[in-house]
Amino acid sequence: MKNVYINSIASISAQKTLDNTSFLDTIEDYEANVLPVIHPNYKEYIPPAAARRMAKGIKMGVVASKIAIQESGLENVDAIITGTGMGCVRDSEKFVSAIIDNDEQYLTPTSFIQSTHNTVGGQIALELQCKGYNFTYVHASTSFESTLIDAKLQLELDEEKNILIGGVDELGEHTTEIQKLVHLVKAEAVKTSEVLDSKTKGAVFGEGANFFVLSNEKQASTYAEVVAIKTYNTLAETEVVQEAIHFLNGSNLNIEDVDVLILGNNGDVDFDAFYTTLAEGFKNTQQANYKHLCGEFNTASSFGFWLASKVLKTQTLPEVVKANHTDTTSFKTILLYNQYRGENHSFTLLKQC
Amino acid sequence: MSKGVAITGMGIISAIGNNVAENYQSLIQGKKGISRVSKIKTNHVNDIMVGEIDFTNEALEQQLGLTSDNNYSRTALLGAVAAKQAIQDAGITDINAYKTGLISSTSVGGMDMTERYYYDYLEDKSTQKYIEGHHAGDSTQKIAEQLGIEKSLVTTISTACSSAANSIMLGARLIKSGQLDRVVVGGTDCLSKFTINGFKTLMILSDTYSTPFDENRKGLNLGEAAAFLVLESDKVVQAENKKVLAYVKGYGNANDAYHQTASSENGDGATLAMQKALDIAGYNPEDIDYVNAHGTATGNNDLSEGRAIIRVFGKNVPDFSSTKAYTGHTLAAAGAIEAVYSVLALQNNIIYPNLNFKTQMKEFNITPQLALKEKPLQTVMSNSFGFGGNCSTVIFSKEQ
Repeated sequence: MKNVYINSIASISAQKTLDNTSFLDTIEDYEANVLPVIHPNYKEYIPPAAARRMAKGIKMGVVASKIAIQESGLENVDAIITGTGMGCVRDSEKFVSAIIDNDEQYLTPTSFIQSTHNTVGGQIALELQCKGYNFTYVHASTSFESTLIDAKLQLELDEEKNILIGGVDELGEHTTEIQKLVHLVKAEAVKTSEVLDSKTKGAVFGEGANFFVLSNEKQASTYAEVVAIKTYNTLAETEVVQEAIHFLNGSNLNIEDVDVLILGNNGDVDFDAFYTTLAEGFKNTQQANYKHLCGEFNTASSFGFWLASKVLKTQTLPEVVKANHTDTTSFKTILLYNQYRGENHSFTLLKQC
Repeated sequence: MSKGVAITGMGIISAIGNNVAENYQSLIQGKKGISRVSKIKTNHVNDIMVGEIDFTNEALEQQLGLTSDNNYSRTALLGAVAAKQAIQDAGITDINAYKTGLISSTSVGGMDMTERYYYDYLEDKSTQKYIEGHHAGDSTQKIAEQLGIEKSLVTTISTACSSAANSIMLGARLIKSGQLDRVVVGGTDCLSKFTINGFKTLMILSDTYSTPFDENRKGLNLGEAAAFLVLESDKVVQAENKKVLAYVKGYGNANDAYHQTASSENGDGATLAMQKALDIAGYNPEDIDYVNAHGTATGNNDLSEGRAIIRVFGKNVPDFSSTKAYTGHTLAAAGAIEAVYSVLALQNNIIYPNLNFKTQMKEFNITPQLALKEKPLQTVMSNSFGFGGNCSTVIFSKEQ
């Protein structure tokens, strides 16, 4: 079995993450209940006429994938695997509301086509002219982790050499509105620096695209090795620590071997207990958070994966993500844990190369 | 590593039957399930024909024993019914006795409820329970719960009309690699105004019965359905002395990289998918006994697929037919529906007729199988193609 490496990364988020030479050097401090992304200059990557027709999620996905492929030094990839919880939800909203508002008349196909979940993966294949394997996973907070499981399987068995994976989701106005009603999105605007301790229901939502080229060959640009990944449709809060240990043991590691634990807590008073319980089990370990920076969305954990990749390559842990203070200065092994509203949990283990 | 990927159970609900036996009876009797839409209020009622399942949501909820405060979309209801049948058919009593995963697929997800309550959500609290049921993974989570799958790999694939074929593919790979001992794979999609209007704007809905591979084909009939298959490793089959219905022998996915919704003229992606599947199976084209085609009856698909079939099989194109004239095009579920039909074909040594065909297409000289045909079958190839250029092929066989 071959090892699996992260050879390049690209992130479009509510922070200035597009430039891979910087690493959260300056922080956008918001006071909001949704965090839209800082848009790249799309024209640099996509012809303006094409960009005008594209949904936001497609544009973000296409640009992030181009940056990731460029950094990997490849011309193309063997396969494209995309994760998205909701797809291009703004187009879904457009099409549903047009059906209702216009009583099924005067409809045009564009928003229907773009609301198909694999529209981002399909468009990336079109842009790259990549005729390889092309899957899209749409399973809530493990959509991105599913892409990782799939890519790892193929790279380990050497079925493919280089695979583009990514997580992408966009904010939609109506969706946010109704998600506020059921306390998925926080009712009140919260400061970035305070959201994780807000102790109120729901989360500050976000959007973004985080893409990576995974390969079974290491190169100069390599960020980290993907050691293990596991997802769980259910997991009880009381089982989280024990399951984390079990997961680490599977790679012959223990709690002491983890240099940083990256947690996906989002400040939702009803569900953060999963994270605090795990944090308690790793109380001597350096811990980090990230959802205050990018917001919560189905593929927000791909931002966590981006963060871990950066930490391992640069050997720095930005102050803004530190959840506690230890004297750890060398970062060799990172464990990520994520879940959303008590479902679809995941552990991901990355190692310095 | 498991050498074989055995199919040990199947469940299905479609417009031509509420279980495997009913579906098979309809298939061999040439009985299609296409009618005017009755459960969705749409202005297009007289312009389209659909493959609708008789049960109301309430009836399905009752079958599943759900209380009235449930928030199941019709997609989740259909999926749960079919998946439970599959588990029962496989004789599974303790689902967590082996490492068991679930890979479902859907394109519609909870859109049926979203389109119904879109604005009501803002005012009527009683409808708000469905808000969390909108995303595609929700139906899968519910199916996992219905099956009692816990702490395991549960995920959802959405690659439009090839989705369920891809869930079979991933399931087979997870078993082969030894990551799972058992995987429930399949797909579910209900009819919705969203898809009716979407396909309508693309002008690919027929106003009458769909006629796959016919020169005068006018487009597809939409359908709703769910089907699931239980895949098990050699280890489980041996330990439990399982009856094997068939094996997943080959699979391939490729991208046409041509257009977001249309297939390339010569079916590049489809050709690649079929060739990859043959490679994985270790088969030559002449080893395929029957092709259950995607055959949606759109002008574009049937031409592109037909050309791809000729590219792969040359002068010796095996018997082929599309079963979409029976069920309608069931979108993300289609690959699983047709997987069940492929396994039934193998079990019964039967090739289904391609209904409603009258006129030979002029672009090529291959003709689908028109009458029910008995023939010893060892292998069946099933094609599923979708938007985003997504092309998938799965090969089923009697032999491991």
